[in-house]
Amino acid sequence: MSKIHVSTTLNGDAAEFLCDPSASLLDALRDELGLTGSKEGCGSGDCGACTVVLDGEMVCSCLVFAAEAEGGTIQTIEGVAESAVLHPVQQKFLEHGALQCGFCTPGFIVAAKALLDRNPDPTETEVRYWLAGNLCRCTGYDKIVRAVMDAAAELRQDRPSERTPA
Amino acid sequence: MNAPETMKQFRPKEFRHVGTRPVRPDGVDKVTGRALYGPDFKAPGMLWGAIVRSPHPHARIVSIDTKKAESLPGVKAVATGKDFPTLQSLVMHVGEGASDIVHVARNCLALDKVLYEGHAVAAVAATTPEIAREAAGLIAVEYEELPFVLGLEEALAEGAPLLHDDVFTKGVDPKPDKPSNASMRVEMGGGDVEGALAGAAVTVTGRYTMEPVHQGYIEPHACVASWGGDGQAQIWCSSQGHFAVRSLTASVLALPQADIRVMPLEIGGGFGGKTTIYLEPVAMILSKKSGRPVRLAMTREEVFRATGPAPGAVIDVRIGADADGTLVAADVEFKYHSGAYPAVDAGAGVASAIGHYKIANTRVVGTEVLCNRPAAKAYRAPGAPQVNFAVESAVDELAGKLGIDPLELRLKNAAVEGDPQTSGVPWGRIGWVECLEAAKAHPHWSAPLGPNQGRGLAGGYWGNYGGPSTVVVSLTEDGTFTVTTGSPDIGGSRAAMAIMAAETLGVPYEQVRCVIADTSSIGFSMVTGGSRTTFATGKAVVEAAREVKQVLCSRAAKMWNVAEDAVEWQDGEMVCTAGEKEGTRITVAQIAPRVAFMSGPVSCVAGINAAGWLPGFGLHICDTEVDTETGHVKIVRYTAIQDVGTAIHPDYVEGQIQGGAVQGIGWALNETYIYGENGKLDNPGFLDYRMPVASDLPMIDAVVVEVPNPDHPYGVKGVGEVPIVPPLAAVANAIHAATGKRLNSLPMSPDRVYAALHPEG
Repeated sequence: MSKIHVSTTLNGDAAEFLCDPSASLLDALRDELGLTGSKEGCGSGDCGACTVVLDGEMVCSCLVFAAEAEGGTIQTIEGVAESAVLHPVQQKFLEHGALQCGFCTPGFIVAAKALLDRNPDPTETEVRYWLAGNLCRCTGYDKIVRAVMDAAAELRQDRPSERTPA
Repeated sequence: MNAPETMKQFRPKEFRHVGTRPVRPDGVDKVTGRALYGPDFKAPGMLWGAIVRSPHPHARIVSIDTKKAESLPGVKAVATGKDFPTLQSLVMHVGEGASDIVHVARNCLALDKVLYEGHAVAAVAATTPEIAREAAGLIAVEYEELPFVLGLEEALAEGAPLLHDDVFTKGVDPKPDKPSNASMRVEMGGGDVEGALAGAAVTVTGRYTMEPVHQGYIEPHACVASWGGDGQAQIWCSSQGHFAVRSLTASVLALPQADIRVMPLEIGGGFGGKTTIYLEPVAMILSKKSGRPVRLAMTREEVFRATGPAPGAVIDVRIGADADGTLVAADVEFKYHSGAYPAVDAGAGVASAIGHYKIANTRVVGTEVLCNRPAAKAYRAPGAPQVNFAVESAVDELAGKLGIDPLELRLKNAAVEGDPQTSGVPWGRIGWVECLEAAKAHPHWSAPLGPNQGRGLAGGYWGNYGGPSTVVVSLTEDGTFTVTTGSPDIGGSRAAMAIMAAETLGVPYEQVRCVIADTSSIGFSMVTGGSRTTFATGKAVVEAAREVKQVLCSRAAKMWNVAEDAVEWQDGEMVCTAGEKEGTRITVAQIAPRVAFMSGPVSCVAGINAAGWLPGFGLHICDTEVDTETGHVKIVRYTAIQDVGTAIHPDYVEGQIQGGAVQGIGWALNETYIYGENGKLDNPGFLDYRMPVASDLPMIDAVVVEVPNPDHPYGVKGVGEVPIVPPLAAVANAIHAATGKRLNSLPMSPDRVYAALHPEG
């Protein structure tokens, strides 16, 4: 079966790849484009470890065909840090110890950033429901929720704070 | 962060770094997606593998025809169990517990018989994953189906299908003359249990049950193996112990261990389930046959069907007390699933059942039961949560019958230092009473409850461990330090190692970097498991760092031409403290560029077998709200109190406590393996195997109690296992408090809670 040629904008840059018609966007990101930050925990959209933003919508990249990304704009964990410094969500994950093994972390950070892009002042309940599609087996979510609330508070202050180089 | 002021009294002295919360050294890579995990690694020229698994729970393999698969273009190798060398029975102690290497090999690829649905029977390697999967479908396996058995009591019944004809019950004297599905029996205790129960003012009796549950790590198993023509091999994988991967793989393939180099990739969770091997020897065979590196990776469904689970259980408990609440006797008998091969949770289960109470007359018996399920593996405090659920539920029931506050009943009977454990060995410096006192003082314990809410508590413990670890602390040429360990970092341990090294050396945390070396680059270290790493590997870090200080002081003494004992280490500086050079100082940064050219580089190794570990104790308080119309249970408040000895990096200590508590909540409320009558797993995915998500939970208040371990330089006891022990009973006791109904079977899912509330149907 011949491969499909796909052109996208990936983390701000033009990116092209060839894929099988059956390949998922996650497969393409990981195996064709070499971006292994998005993880496959289940391949069925239940764990959220592969979360990316496609044309402004948060999606499980394991549930999107790679070919569907034609002409699309994709943001992955690798594109979250801006101007070579960590995004506040990444910074707060570090400061709160909101990761243990770190495998689910890219999906959580992409999802949390997508939340804060829409809702700069979420309640704890809103954070918990927004992140309910992302599984973490290590942390019990406590420090993740705190990190996201803290990142939201910092973003609302609208002042650059000390951030670690990415 | 959450510890009440009263807890601070246990810390014997102030530290500079221990107890602080710096950013972990591997943090930036993990929040940017750069960290490489097991499934992320690729080697040039690599082939993709796929595994053929049994559709039957129990069957004889009549034949395996691989011809069609081999002739598919792109297929480079096919492997079956016959490709492994003939192995003699050899019991190896590498992970958490012992395994016979023959069983390890058969679990990687079956030979003659398959023992559970999902058992691996063959494997292929091809140029693309799609071709590999297609080829796997072309392998024709002819099976002769055999009767199978899933249940504990069914497997022990007369005439039950026998899984192995060479397994005789261990721990029974004399050795039985017939093989059995009971692979092991463990008994501890003493005194006159029946007499004391007969004389007790109050007794409770109960049977508690649960099916197996999975560890649920989000990263599926994956590896890449490359076996060269000269016999030497490299394996890249994530595991809780790359030395265990090396020794098990070498033994399965009859290779010298030095010929295998295992590179530890970042590990995406393990919880005990990654202390063994599944894929590595298979990838090795495929690599040898194809002459190329081979990648094998599991899907989530394969993870559920073929790895892990913690045993399910049937537990019978009888406990008796005097009218004043003194516990006088306990009789605990449990059976655990060991699955397809003998497992070892019964011993730990027996040791973890009732040792937290002073009871004069005890009998605890555990039996491991073979059945046609995946081979049980360690899961966080292996063997302890199941039996603790039964005992702590029964103690709660006893408190109700006695009319005594459940916290007071536990305090009255709590074991303290010097009291005998169930084995008879006295407890060391444990912090159980301190946890109970902390619970009593915590505002949660006296907070008001709302309608349909109930509060439960439960306590539990885990023995923790020490064991062998190797660490190298090296001085760089600019005066910074590297700490090299052989202990995979599963939850922030690099930060803990760097903190302990910085504390010992008296230098800033950022001047110490910790890495995990491959099996050929550092000496042996046991798995990261049993809550041993911060204790045992940490002890080796401190020992090596102390030696670095000593060597550097002697170098300075030589440089100044003074006696060695005239130089002291003070906060990262060498200071002359006697003679005419008294008061002369040199910093590490000043001496570092020169030392290598004086008497050689400074690099100190500590290879230790760490003794002096102490158990951890925890007490959890849980508030539930029960929806009487649906049976849904909501956790509305949760506090987990634990004695950790000393918290080296409190964020990751709290994180372990919170994460363990939530795994326990999942076990209590949602998680369970569901098998159909056909012996096949019905819920091999995260949709139907329902682990807790963020919206299921409140914040988990982790209260760190510190009763330091006198046998660790900074007082560490170990943290990770304990917090999964109390939640099962804490949740059950809270549901009982809310509804008056005691649920004895896990999970306490809405249908079961509803049925308990509406017995009329």
